[in-house]
Amino acid sequence: MMKPEIQKAPPHDFREVLQKSPFHARVDEKSLVKSWTSWNGYQTARVYDTLASEYFAIRSSCSVMDLTPMEKYRISGPDAVDFLNRLVTRDVSKLKPHRVTYVAWCNDDGRVLDDGTIFHLNEGDYRLCSQHHQLDWLLMSSLGMDVTIEEETHEVAALSVQGPTAFSVLTAAGISGLDVLKAFGIMHTQLNGFDVMVSRTGFTGDLGYELWVEPTQALPLWDAIFSVQQRGLYDVRPIGLDALEMVRIEAGFIMPGDDFNTAETAIRAGHDRSPFEVGLGWVVSFDKPHFTGKKALLKEQGEPIKRRLVKLRVEGNKPPADAFLYDAKKGRRIGEIKTSIWSPVLKANLTMADIEYRKGQAPREIWAEIFYQKELGWHATWAKCEVSEQPFWNHPRRSATPPDSF
Amino acid sequence: MKNYDAIVIGAGHNGLTHAAFLAKAGLDVVVLEKNDYIGGATVSRELHEGWKYSNCSYVCSLFRPEIYQSLDLGRHGLEVVPLQGSTTFMQNGDYFGSYHQPTVRRREIARHSKRDADASIRFDTDIMKWCRLIRGFLLRTPPDPASFKIRDVMEFAHLLKSFYSLTESQIYEFLRFFTMSIAEYLEEYFESEVIRAHFSGGSIIGTGLGVFSPGTAYVLLHHAMGDIDGNVGSWGFARGGMGAVSKAIASSFQSFGGEIRTAAEVQKINVSGGTATGVILASGEEINARVVVSNLDAKRTFLGVMDKQDLPESLVHRAENFKIRGSSGKLNIALDGMPDFPALPKGSPLLLGHTHFTDTPERLERAYDDWKDDRWSQDPYVDALIPTQYDPTMSPPGKHMMSVFVQYCPVEAEGGWTDAKRDAFGATVIDQISQYSPNFKDLILHAEVRTPREIEAEIGLTEGNIFQGELTLDQLMFNRPFPGYAQYRGPVKNMYMCSSSTHPGGGVMGAPGANSAREVLRDLGKTDTTPRDFGDD
Amino acid sequence: MTNTMDKSVVVVGGGHNGLVCATYLAKAGYKVQVLEARDEIGGGASTTSFAQGYKVSGLAHILHSLNPKVCKDLALEQAGLERGVAIETIALARDGQHLTLGKDSATGGSLSSEDIAAYTQFKKEFRRYAEALKPMMMTKPPRLKGMDHKDKFTLAKIGWKLRFGLGTDSMREFFRVGGINIYDVLNEEFDNPHLKGAMAVDAVMGLHMGPRTPTTVLTYLHRLWGETDAGQSLPSGGMGQVANALSTAASNAGVSIRTGAKVQRIRVENGKAVGVELATGEQIDASMVISNADAKSTFLDLVGTRELDAMFAHRIHKSRTKGTVAKLHLALNGLPQIEGLSAAQLGQRLLIADDLQYVEHAFNHAKYGEYSDKPVLEITIPSISDSSFAPQGHHVMSISASFVPYALKGGWEGQREALVKNIIALIEQYAPGFSAQVLASELLTPVDIEEQYHIAGGHWHHGELAIDQMFMMRPIHGTAQYDTPIDGLFLCGACAHPGGGVTGVPGHNAAQRIIAMGAGKK
Repeated sequence: MMKPEIQKAPPHDFREVLQKSPFHARVDEKSLVKSWTSWNGYQTARVYDTLASEYFAIRSSCSVMDLTPMEKYRISGPDAVDFLNRLVTRDVSKLKPHRVTYVAWCNDDGRVLDDGTIFHLNEGDYRLCSQHHQLDWLLMSSLGMDVTIEEETHEVAALSVQGPTAFSVLTAAGISGLDVLKAFGIMHTQLNGFDVMVSRTGFTGDLGYELWVEPTQALPLWDAIFSVQQRGLYDVRPIGLDALEMVRIEAGFIMPGDDFNTAETAIRAGHDRSPFEVGLGWVVSFDKPHFTGKKALLKEQGEPIKRRLVKLRVEGNKPPADAFLYDAKKGRRIGEIKTSIWSPVLKANLTMADIEYRKGQAPREIWAEIFYQKELGWHATWAKCEVSEQPFWNHPRRSATPPDSF
Repeated sequence: MKNYDAIVIGAGHNGLTHAAFLAKAGLDVVVLEKNDYIGGATVSRELHEGWKYSNCSYVCSLFRPEIYQSLDLGRHGLEVVPLQGSTTFMQNGDYFGSYHQPTVRRREIARHSKRDADASIRFDTDIMKWCRLIRGFLLRTPPDPASFKIRDVMEFAHLLKSFYSLTESQIYEFLRFFTMSIAEYLEEYFESEVIRAHFSGGSIIGTGLGVFSPGTAYVLLHHAMGDIDGNVGSWGFARGGMGAVSKAIASSFQSFGGEIRTAAEVQKINVSGGTATGVILASGEEINARVVVSNLDAKRTFLGVMDKQDLPESLVHRAENFKIRGSSGKLNIALDGMPDFPALPKGSPLLLGHTHFTDTPERLERAYDDWKDDRWSQDPYVDALIPTQYDPTMSPPGKHMMSVFVQYCPVEAEGGWTDAKRDAFGATVIDQISQYSPNFKDLILHAEVRTPREIEAEIGLTEGNIFQGELTLDQLMFNRPFPGYAQYRGPVKNMYMCSSSTHPGGGVMGAPGANSAREVLRDLGKTDTTPRDFGDD
Repeated sequence: MTNTMDKSVVVVGGGHNGLVCATYLAKAGYKVQVLEARDEIGGGASTTSFAQGYKVSGLAHILHSLNPKVCKDLALEQAGLERGVAIETIALARDGQHLTLGKDSATGGSLSSEDIAAYTQFKKEFRRYAEALKPMMMTKPPRLKGMDHKDKFTLAKIGWKLRFGLGTDSMREFFRVGGINIYDVLNEEFDNPHLKGAMAVDAVMGLHMGPRTPTTVLTYLHRLWGETDAGQSLPSGGMGQVANALSTAASNAGVSIRTGAKVQRIRVENGKAVGVELATGEQIDASMVISNADAKSTFLDLVGTRELDAMFAHRIHKSRTKGTVAKLHLALNGLPQIEGLSAAQLGQRLLIADDLQYVEHAFNHAKYGEYSDKPVLEITIPSISDSSFAPQGHHVMSISASFVPYALKGGWEGQREALVKNIIALIEQYAPGFSAQVLASELLTPVDIEEQYHIAGGHWHHGELAIDQMFMMRPIHGTAQYDTPIDGLFLCGACAHPGGGVTGVPGHNAAQRIIAMGAGKK
């Protein structure tokens, strides 16, 4: 077998600790509070102005987020579809060109390594987007297959445009044809003379699109979208990661690495999770050719449920971050809260929580013991919790085609 | 003639640590040191006016935080500053820099291989698994596999329990890690040669093994499991040089009422009726004590200061066969200023850390082949550091000191060492560095070159072995130093061992000193003053 | 459980282990078919002709470890097995002071009486260690977690044998030396450099290891482990005769054997092996497929990675299979003349390994894809005991040369001739006039062995015998008990525990495992 050539990143400057995305000039200009964090090594805004205004941009008008730091891999070659189908737990052999699907993948033990989306860009040509760095695992999984895998995170600039007026904003910006683009669809089009790929995807649970361009077109794309606001047509606001965290929990999307340990970073036994345990049973298909982890998952399926990551609503308004969970007030400890937000639209504490099952049975009641501060004094209280089987917040406009225009 | 509770032979860091715990338990303890300075291989010495050299051990990472805390070494003047990053210079003019800033480090790995940048996540996780497991054994006395005593059986049960905290595949992976060569282990993770070479280096430091020798992957752990403020794998400088470590332990010891005598070379451990009773000094002076503890290596202890007549024949045979081949050399260089390394970006922080010049596993292995044939390599592996960038106490302002650890250096250069050969060895190393630093040679004001010969002559490490005995399976855990004698007790009553020849071995760790103190205190029915493992963190 | 058989069992590869496994299964009532790609059965145990009128044992050339239980169970002697003449090992010296290394005693050269006594003592002690590990040999390696009763029993037996079989002192000594290198141990026990060099050969031959490589004590024990009471011999008719006996025994038991039937693919459906496909396209259905091929060929080529989990495939891919021995066959116009050796002595196993450093240096080069000017040689002249191997008055010499890298820098193309010359020149130093006696030669580098015998890396043991690839980690953990992640697919070759050599033990163990699992039965 030919030794594959080593893929190398370009030289870098050690002083620039966080890499700058192709949108950085605009992002920096729009950022009023300069609150930066690292997302996959990129300088990323947590908040531009205020969290509340950004959150409501997503839920009531139109938000824009720089998506470039998301890990992106280009997968092509004769065995591309077989490769992907052996990689992920879901059957992706029927994913048509110009369609997107949500997937997760596991190690041999059936423990989740990461989740992401597969974009079938054109016949036989795929893009995999993931939360975490996966090149090593992808290349390892490609042994014995005729497939090319290239990391292209920095070679593709991406913006996420989300909110009820996203359709109207993009149409006003000059992108036509969105009225027929269904959820999880892909469209290749032109804007002001350059190529744009638009997918109707997002992480907000709302109406929204993601736009993909060459890095050189990043600023023109940004400017085209914000020109809509400048023309006084619609409000368009850049949003940071903090607002995204709120809406993704409302929409019930899990975040590997935050809501649970990914298998690759789990050090102690029992700290990794199977797809069933994190509520991803629906993306596991045994009715397809072999995939990594299949045997282990089949075995797990036949055993009593040990634990679940659940969407948990916590009563009251005391912030339940980091709380332990019990099967009764002062009962037995059965789990803990992993991530939590206060939802402005639902006026409720929404959390992702890891719950132990007993003899395969879910606990009948769940209580959180919450420690919270008032004027620097600590208080403790108990709050009843309720598991939500559905996303906390699910709006029909997310998938309405054509979308409402304003 | 004074009667002590305990005599400790040798004021190295383990001897002092051991003595401190005994003194803390209220015993009357004297430490006898042959040199007129303390510290053994943990010293700072002024060999060139204005410069202090950590002329043997040169970094501090393995030192157990539990010991640091319980001897209150911070209050006794110790400060360990974490080292920042490391570099391997490449023959093609490029370099690989393991930056201390994680994001930059990741991008630098990706510059050599994008895949390896991702594989390093898997590698770090796996190494951390093994670190967790092994670390738990450092502050424990190894059980004797031939014993049916409750304590040994319980200790084995404990070992098994830790082992069984792993999943089945992790158990096999751990066994593989324990028995594989570092070069082959790294091949399962990394495709870039320079990255494999970079990470291999730590596995051969101080050993008589090459990067392709089975068992070296484990040695990596010996260097990776040190922790400074909870950062597993970070190395640190002791402010003021390594002598600051022994000084702080000595100060702690003295605060408990302990006594140190320098220039007091022990000639013989007195044994009467199968019981150690004291020592005779080279001066002829006799000192008696309830227990005698040797911090000398196993060869020096049993073939040097003990009389064969007093020992079982099988033990003498074991001591004769104890493997303690030295394999390392050391240069300490006083510099007129900071050397330039043009391959590095201007202002790069990389020189704050380790510097290496061997960019392929093959070059590392060839250096080992030379050592096997009693030659020093023309292309050695070096670990160079300039601590004076952080530490103002070791050189005049604006001047610098470079510590250069060299792997490999033979015990006997073909036909034996001479001063001329030693200097030629030093020149080889300096030549290698100056290939990457054009102004390096011009900056040299003074250089001390140490081969195993010098190391043995000065601080009494037999054959110049820095670990006081090789770290191979026949000399680890319950085999260290000898099967049946791994619980710090000697072959005669009231005689103990506390040196790095005992479990868990070398490196400035302090664990042998503390573990052996625990056994002495147990035998004397005293309160245990030694610390417990901090436990999983 | 009923005993009805569901279709047939296919064994991929008619090497000795494949035949042994097939025969045991047939005796247990399975319907077994062996498929061999080559035109003759036997795999590494075969007799081939390399020049008109000259024959030789193709790969393995000395019978030293064929397991007695296998011989007895399969009635191999009744099937025609002849062990042939027993031979000893003679370590050649340039000055004629050769050493003879017997099973229990060493003589010759200028051996001191201390070394002679030490040799006997050493062999005795090491045979005891090997004995202590024996409960592990004829059974599946125990798992270390999730073990079944048999695993617990195996571990308990070993524990008992170590603790009470060896006794405290020997056990301590075994734990001390078990994981280290043969170099240090030999230096502790012996003085004579030549003796030490020759003894080290048994620890490193066939492996990517030198005497100073840690774990070579274990590989030495492995060799002793396989050493049967019969000692080593040159079977008349060569190793092909052993294969023939196995083949006869197999046929007697009802196994059908097809040669020239190259398996192209092991067919897997829904995670279960359902048969094979031949290079001709022919499909053969089976309820169970047993692979005598090495692990890399089995999983990566025959099964294919898409039927496997990714990390499993990666670990198979990374398993070390670098062959280090070249086989050289020479046709000679007469017997070589070696000072101090009688014609009968020439018929023994001759070693060229001057001392430990010689062996280590020979190995050094292999690490870098080079070979040494001074390789370690194991030489037999089988035509001395079997005149049918060469025309009247002529002889054949069979040489295993170590260390010859699989991946020679720059590749083997155009490099073979130089190696042949090199080896002949080395023998010439011991046998003046030797090079003029050579009429024809055939060299099999590890690459050639890979190609002709379908063994990945051309490795003697189908994979390095290092601790991390032994016992419950052979070939890799997850498939170390003969069964594989593919239901109905088993391993029975040298890639499985306990490894290579013409022992038949992997084949035996695999069959026991299959029978115990009740595999293939409805």
